[in-house]
Amino acid sequence: MTLSSSTYRETLSWATAGSRLLLRVAAISRNPTAFAGLSVLVFWATVAVLAPLISPYDPTAIDFSAAADPMPSWSHWLGNDSSGRDLLSRIIWGARTTYTVVPLAVGSAFILGIALGVPAGYFGGWADTFISRVSDVILAFPVLILYIILITALGPSLINIIVAVTLSYAPGVSRLARGITLSLREQDYIAAAQLRGESSLYIMLVEILPNARGPLLVDLCLRAGYTVIMVGTLGFLGLGLPPPTPDWGGMVVESAHFLSTYWHMSLFPCVAISSVVIACNLLADSLRRDPGR
Amino acid sequence: MSEQMLLSVQDLSIAYRKGGATLPVVRDFSLRLAPGETYGLVGESGCGKSTVAYALLGYLSENGVLTGGTIRLNGVDVTTLDDAGLRGLRGGDVAMVYQEPVSALNPVLTVGRQLVEARQAHRTCSAAEARMAAIAMMQAVRLPDPNTLFDRYPHELSGGQAQRIVIAMALLAEPKLLVLDEPTTGLDATVEAEVVDLIADLGRRFGMGILYISHNLALVGRICERVGVMYAGRLVEEAPAGQLFSSPRHPYTAGLLGCRPSADDRSARRRLATIPGQVPLPGQVPPGCAFAPRCQYFAAGRCDRLPDLPLEPIGGNASVRCLRHAEIVPEPIIPQPAAERPAPGMPVIEVNNLVKNYASRRMLGFGRRAPEFNANDDISLSVRGGEILSIVGESGSGKSTLAKIAIGLEEATSGKIVAFEHEVGSVRAGRRPRPLLRKMQMVFQNPDSTLNPAHTVGAIIARAVRRLGDRQSSEAIRHRVDILLAAVALPAEFRHKYPHELSGGQRQRVGIARAFAGNPEIVVADEPVSALDVSIQASIVNLLLDMQACSGTTFLFISHDVALVRHISDRVAVLYRGQVMEAGTVEEVFSPPFHPYTARLLAATGHVSVPEPANAELEATAQPPVGGCRYFDRCGLRVEGLCDRMAPPRSQRSESHFLACHHEFSFLAGQPGANSNKVQGD
Repeated sequence: MTLSSSTYRETLSWATAGSRLLLRVAAISRNPTAFAGLSVLVFWATVAVLAPLISPYDPTAIDFSAAADPMPSWSHWLGNDSSGRDLLSRIIWGARTTYTVVPLAVGSAFILGIALGVPAGYFGGWADTFISRVSDVILAFPVLILYIILITALGPSLINIIVAVTLSYAPGVSRLARGITLSLREQDYIAAAQLRGESSLYIMLVEILPNARGPLLVDLCLRAGYTVIMVGTLGFLGLGLPPPTPDWGGMVVESAHFLSTYWHMSLFPCVAISSVVIACNLLADSLRRDPGR
Repeated sequence: MSEQMLLSVQDLSIAYRKGGATLPVVRDFSLRLAPGETYGLVGESGCGKSTVAYALLGYLSENGVLTGGTIRLNGVDVTTLDDAGLRGLRGGDVAMVYQEPVSALNPVLTVGRQLVEARQAHRTCSAAEARMAAIAMMQAVRLPDPNTLFDRYPHELSGGQAQRIVIAMALLAEPKLLVLDEPTTGLDATVEAEVVDLIADLGRRFGMGILYISHNLALVGRICERVGVMYAGRLVEEAPAGQLFSSPRHPYTAGLLGCRPSADDRSARRRLATIPGQVPLPGQVPPGCAFAPRCQYFAAGRCDRLPDLPLEPIGGNASVRCLRHAEIVPEPIIPQPAAERPAPGMPVIEVNNLVKNYASRRMLGFGRRAPEFNANDDISLSVRGGEILSIVGESGSGKSTLAKIAIGLEEATSGKIVAFEHEVGSVRAGRRPRPLLRKMQMVFQNPDSTLNPAHTVGAIIARAVRRLGDRQSSEAIRHRVDILLAAVALPAEFRHKYPHELSGGQRQRVGIARAFAGNPEIVVADEPVSALDVSIQASIVNLLLDMQACSGTTFLFISHDVALVRHISDRVAVLYRGQVMEAGTVEEVFSPPFHPYTARLLAATGHVSVPEPANAELEATAQPPVGGCRYFDRCGLRVEGLCDRMAPPRSQRSESHFLACHHEFSFLAGQPGANSNKVQGD
């Protein structure tokens, strides 16, 4: 009974925190930078959701007649790729791929990073030393090499890309979370919670985490942008999603040989990638500048 | 006439732009300062004092605009100077000393280099000449061993030493006007007294004009010839210091004077005078007299009517901005005496031979190994039920460490603390039984970190009630939160507010409500008011006294403020470098003071009735003598060969009073600090 009512209370406190976050988002939407970033992200999200309805062709359907003349035309607005597949449709379905891989990968990296970093910062001692040293080792690897090792070891697939991104981002996130926790744990309200006999889990979830939200959110936006680039790079190195999955990075590599003749095949996927990355950075930038509470 | 003036500010008005609106922060401010004169500017935070100071140096923040008036320094109008002119002015004709000495010094350069730089920036001289000037100035600001200190880095200095360096740096340019903005606020009381006396002395020696800004009227009165009181961006009263203190004419001045416990009623345990309400924000200043909403002499239809109240001369070189100054004799709002103190009960906490060492660590085995730091060294004390026991001492005396071990935020290295029949010396809060946690709660020092910014006031107090109280239904908890908010004099709507919407004093009230949520038997208050303005301090102290009187809760009050401790406590323990120097009832310890350290603390409160003990300027060395008295290196009464060799005996003067000193009581009672007080006291 007590448990359920206190769980309810905590849910409520998270709900109010969530609604405050929404208010904050609404407030920053008045900021033109944030508004631009947010609208690009919302645009691509809409495209991803409505892909089956708005895409003019099947993204994997091969049309040999179109392959003969792949330049943009009235029937194929953005033209076709070397296999004669409609570029517009592939970009539309590619948004779906991006919006699946990036949130899942970055989300799990943050969950893992926070789950390691906050206890490391809060408890300190050998657990902190162990987690920090392992993080350092992973961070010492160039990210790209790490990806290549992981993907070649595990094989290219959606799940493995998510695993690779999670493993390479989690140490950075955990380091950030640890740093924030280190400074927050010295606050008097943490001492007050300890004097009430609160559990460590409660202190980390209810007293510390809500106050770490701001910097973590900025980091999340930045990392989401990098991930879009990374998934593109992996596709470019042939370690991306296996064909014929529509994937922006993969589209660039498939058409890179024809760059001098059929520039559009590389340009349009590149524009799509850049727009999402820039949007993420704009959003992160405005969140950072927002004085917040 | 104005040719002779060093500084003459005429009708200065400054506003801040904020979101399209222009909010006036300083209005019609006029000030005249003769060469060599010392002028004090006082008022609560948010009254515009610092803005005036910055304007004198031609420095306004990005959104600040000068909306009128002139500032003439040595006949030059500062407001019309270009960048090059301002560079010559700053540090040359005017120098400024800020509140935080450590952040005013560059941490990667040695102190000496920074002093030399300050000299060479404004005087053409060789490096050797600049070095000589710097060393001479370090001697002038009474720094011990200038040649050694010259090559030190700022982090190797104490707060008091760092502030002396900053002052020396300001003086090296030989300024005609020295502006000091709360220069002693972060310092210990004894150090504060020394720095203030130093500033007064330097002013006389170098013939500088000094503008001293502070929220502490008593301090300003100690060194200034004239004092201006600022409220909501305007001067409300200006008078020679003596006159202002003996007969304040503005109700605000009287209120500020009454906020500090006075020296004379030493055992009269009553509440402190307060000024209700708070300083209006820029742009929300009421029409008519700005102080009207907080004034007990407010006359409806008159004080709120006049659009622009002038600063009227009232004779004796004084002026006041009050419509009713001729009709009233303002007095601070005298609060009703607190209830009679109950006799203390049985001991509830016993501290026996408590030791806390902080081991030092070397990085990878390199570097100098600092010796272990003894925060608490063999402390024995008892706390009795229902009493107010104060632990007083300077920073580094171990008073907070003692409180933290007792409450369960730190563990003792050795020794025992028995609280309510539980041994808790090495048991942190997380491992203490729930009923014991309920009995002991804490009020914290820093209003900015005492409340979690992510939760509402209501949620914060409700959580404490749920964990510590015996009521569990949501309705009962809600009701209890309302009662607690009412008890700390906050409106019930505050339950929906977040901490950042509250002022410092209001946050501290919420922190007190949280501590009292489960009706604790002991509340530990660690410097609960030291981060607040004097007027807010008084109201928080009154609140604590009221809560204590209602509930009979035992209070362990940690403070460096001797005047306050003397005012509110039943018993006092004086700590120095981790050891109890003296303990007893307030009367036994302070009237008169026996222990040389107690005498020194008392002298630092600035009361004229307590003369400085001999050798008051002795500085503490980094290392206390091994085996001897901890206070040896600063003590004016030390006996070489005895005090530095043998630990002082603990001599019992009465059942409740003991002190640790080699000297006899009769000898100590004959010392200057003790003597004059004794004459008055007996």
